Amino acid sequence: MNKPLRRIAIFCGLLVLALLIRDNWLQYAQADKLQSDKQNPRVAIERYAQPRGDIIVDGKSITGSVATDGTDLKYKRTWKDGPMWSPVTGYASQLVGATQIESLEDGILTGNDDRLFFRRTMDMITGKKKEGGNVVTTLNAAAQKAAYDGLKSRGKGAAVAIDPRTGAILAMASTPSYDPSSFAGILQKDGDTFTKLDKNKDKPLTNRALRETYPPGSTFKIVTAAAALEHNLYTDPDAKTDTPLPWTMPGTTTPLKNEGNIPCEDATLRVALRYSCNTVFGKIGADLGNDKMLETAEKFGFNKQQFTPVRSNASVFSDNMNKSQTALSSIGQYNTAATPLQMAMVASAVANDGKLMEPYMVNELQAPSLDTIEQHTPKEMSRPLSEKNAQILQSMMETVVSDGTGTNAQIPGYTVGGKTGTAQHGLNNSEKPYAWFLSYAKAKDGSSPVAVAVVVEDGSANRDDISGGGLAAPIAKSVMEAVLGKK
Amino acid sequence: MSSSTTHTSTIGAIGAPSRRNTELALLAFAVVIPVFAYANVGLAIDGSLPAGLLGYGLGLGLLAGVAHIVVRRFAPYADPLLLPIATLLNGMGLVIIWRLDQSERLQQLAKSQYGSFSPDAPNQLMYSAIGIALFVGVLMLLKDHRILQRYTYISMVGALILLLLPLVPGLGMNVFGAKIWISIGGFSIQPGEFAKIVIAVFFAGYLMVKRDALALASRRFMGLYLPRGRDLGPIIVVWVMSILILVFETDLGTSLLFFGMFVVMLYVATERTSWIVFGLLMSAVGAVGVASFEPHVQSRVQAWLDPMHEYMLSRQGVAGHSEQAMQALWAFGSGGVLGTGLGQGHSDLIKFAANSDFVLATFGEELGLAGIMAILLMYGLIAERGLRTALAARDPFGKLLAAGLSGAFAIQVFVVAGGVMGLIPLTGMTMPFLAYGGSSVIANWALIGILIRISDTARRPAPAPAPSPDAEMTQVVRP
Repeated sequence: MNKPLRRIAIFCGLLVLALLIRDNWLQYAQADKLQSDKQNPRVAIERYAQPRGDIIVDGKSITGSVATDGTDLKYKRTWKDGPMWSPVTGYASQLVGATQIESLEDGILTGNDDRLFFRRTMDMITGKKKEGGNVVTTLNAAAQKAAYDGLKSRGKGAAVAIDPRTGAILAMASTPSYDPSSFAGILQKDGDTFTKLDKNKDKPLTNRALRETYPPGSTFKIVTAAAALEHNLYTDPDAKTDTPLPWTMPGTTTPLKNEGNIPCEDATLRVALRYSCNTVFGKIGADLGNDKMLETAEKFGFNKQQFTPVRSNASVFSDNMNKSQTALSSIGQYNTAATPLQMAMVASAVANDGKLMEPYMVNELQAPSLDTIEQHTPKEMSRPLSEKNAQILQSMMETVVSDGTGTNAQIPGYTVGGKTGTAQHGLNNSEKPYAWFLSYAKAKDGSSPVAVAVVVEDGSANRDDISGGGLAAPIAKSVMEAVLGKK
Repeated sequence: MSSSTTHTSTIGAIGAPSRRNTELALLAFAVVIPVFAYANVGLAIDGSLPAGLLGYGLGLGLLAGVAHIVVRRFAPYADPLLLPIATLLNGMGLVIIWRLDQSERLQQLAKSQYGSFSPDAPNQLMYSAIGIALFVGVLMLLKDHRILQRYTYISMVGALILLLLPLVPGLGMNVFGAKIWISIGGFSIQPGEFAKIVIAVFFAGYLMVKRDALALASRRFMGLYLPRGRDLGPIIVVWVMSILILVFETDLGTSLLFFGMFVVMLYVATERTSWIVFGLLMSAVGAVGVASFEPHVQSRVQAWLDPMHEYMLSRQGVAGHSEQAMQALWAFGSGGVLGTGLGQGHSDLIKFAANSDFVLATFGEELGLAGIMAILLMYGLIAERGLRTALAARDPFGKLLAAGLSGAFAIQVFVVAGGVMGLIPLTGMTMPFLAYGGSSVIANWALIGILIRISDTARRPAPAPAPSPDAEMTQVVRP
């Protein structure tokens, strides 16, 4: 009986060997795949096992974390003044994931970033729990509040404020907004809230400041004026331009209309900007031609996505347009469309003497110990216009605020330059126009610490009342005042 | 008759050392390791040593000590490895069951399912004590394993009754699709665990008598010795019984276990490879046949082939699907080579049966590949020490019984661990000693007791010149 017994012994050994091989396959060969499998609940459990790092504004955190009750995912995100800050932070929901800064800097906030590897390893050895790092933003809480409160009182809209000297984003508001805390968890009610927000036709989840492109209307005349100066079409802002009135667009029989009875015939650039003459800037566009206009627009950042690091949609200035289309595009109509961020960049480039700085809103990434992991250094993006031309354009924009359509943005004791815009849209301009305002303010030393772009999609206002100066300029003014420390 | 019996005398060397001190030293490790593991879990979960540490250590030490003294007194020449390995596995099982008792997830689950949560570890400690009591009882009362030979046919009846009990209305329970439980006075018992031992006694007794007929009376066909038609009777009876268990109790594991055990013992008894071929053919036919019309088996196979799909179906709330298999695979994978450390894994996500059928997944996640390999090797050692006992045994009944029990033990480990690790379809059996469950622990301690008894008899210095029981048996040759 011993021969079969020995064989049975080998057989039992083989059974155990098969289990050992299978176990090596599972726990060695397949371990990484199983561990990081998105369906593996451990991935989410691990991710939410510790409080998330914070997003910092003006040295104070605008986010927090709170322990959940009765779910596997221990901590969920909270926001202070969620609706005000959500265009900056985005959301970080256990159920629907994260967006914007919450998503882009997720590694730092959760503590999983490779740059934290050494610390994590040390913590593991010393038995400390893993912690998330912080994201320090460039934002200015007072400016953000001014922008958000102003927009909220006007309904739908967006505003962006930039420090022209560095490109640092000071305010980024969008209304209607949402409170990301309301769906930060993983429960049924979080899902319901999100679905409701997602289906809302006012699109509260859309960050209008970055992701919505509007026809910029007359505010685009800043770009057109810059193009005229840069391409030497006109060099003196106070010399008469060659503009008949009425002016018929080349290749058509349609005259380009001005808003109301304003002195636009052969108007100087300064006067044309002050009264917002469509004929003068339309003709500049037609005279320069598509290529030259496009060149200047692209120097300002058109036709390119911006990464702040949150991505913005690309603003549009078309190519392959004929003269009349170029003329319409040059007054911010036709295909021209811009994000509020783009128009703030236009204002900031002019205010910074022609130097366009790369816009950014994350200044610093901090380890859990508050050590700096990464620090942003301001970078020049392009030079849309020369210092001399920029100063000419500044003086023109300052005239708009002191004597023109933008008087609502005046701040006593400070020099302010700006441009209004009332952009028509919809089939046959049937829908309510967008009210725009671009501006910058100069500090006492002559440098410019803030440039703002505000757009109000005011569906409730009487059509005649909509004008950039009336609706958007007061918001821009209060944002500038907040930055200047007037409030 | 068979020349092989003459070899046995060389294995059971005369004057062999008793090895009791080796056993004692190993037992010290078998007690200390789980105590450290217990402390480890407490420190990981609460940051402090568990309150029951001293009691647990003393309890496990006491049980091991009693078992050792009884072995020393009643089976002094027994194999020195079986008791320490069983103690270590039992101790580690207790630690993991206690660890899963601490899981909030499982506590909440129990509260939502049954209205209250009660920890399993104290029960398991009680079952372990009963198991060791039975172990002690086996060694004290069963002075010689050959006594069991007298009860061959009573064992058969007993085994059949045990196997049929879960089908008795009012007594049997259907737990998650498997009808292998009975409920008596609030206790649920898995009769199949006990039937495993009883039926091994029957097979051993029966085959000892019939083996010559089965081995010698055969025709040669295509290089194989084919048994005569009438000798096929017993194997067909066992085969039908396995199929019936599979169909009526929907228990793939037990079915496989009995049939496998029978084939192993038949092969050992007759030394005919043809029986293995027959056994494999019949189990293949049975498995395919049953799978083709039994939806329960089909769904098990589906879940095995695509555990992710099964998981998604379960998540979507489709009835009759379970996420356990995929959760177990994730637990193993997440453990990696070294594991997360005791108390730091998430194997409680398996939820149902996390501490019984799926207990190995918790070991896998928290002790890693290293821990599982150690555990599998320990199981392998138990089986191999049992088979060595069979080799050393001087009587055919002892050989067959030891081979049957060890073979069954190995097959059970393979079926359960293979199922949990996704090597074969999942079945409803428990890891011996590790898993929560009174029947399993008690029956396996009895199994170890019987193996120790046989090994004591086998290794005991022969009172020279003893008449070999084999020699007597050879006179009972039947046509």
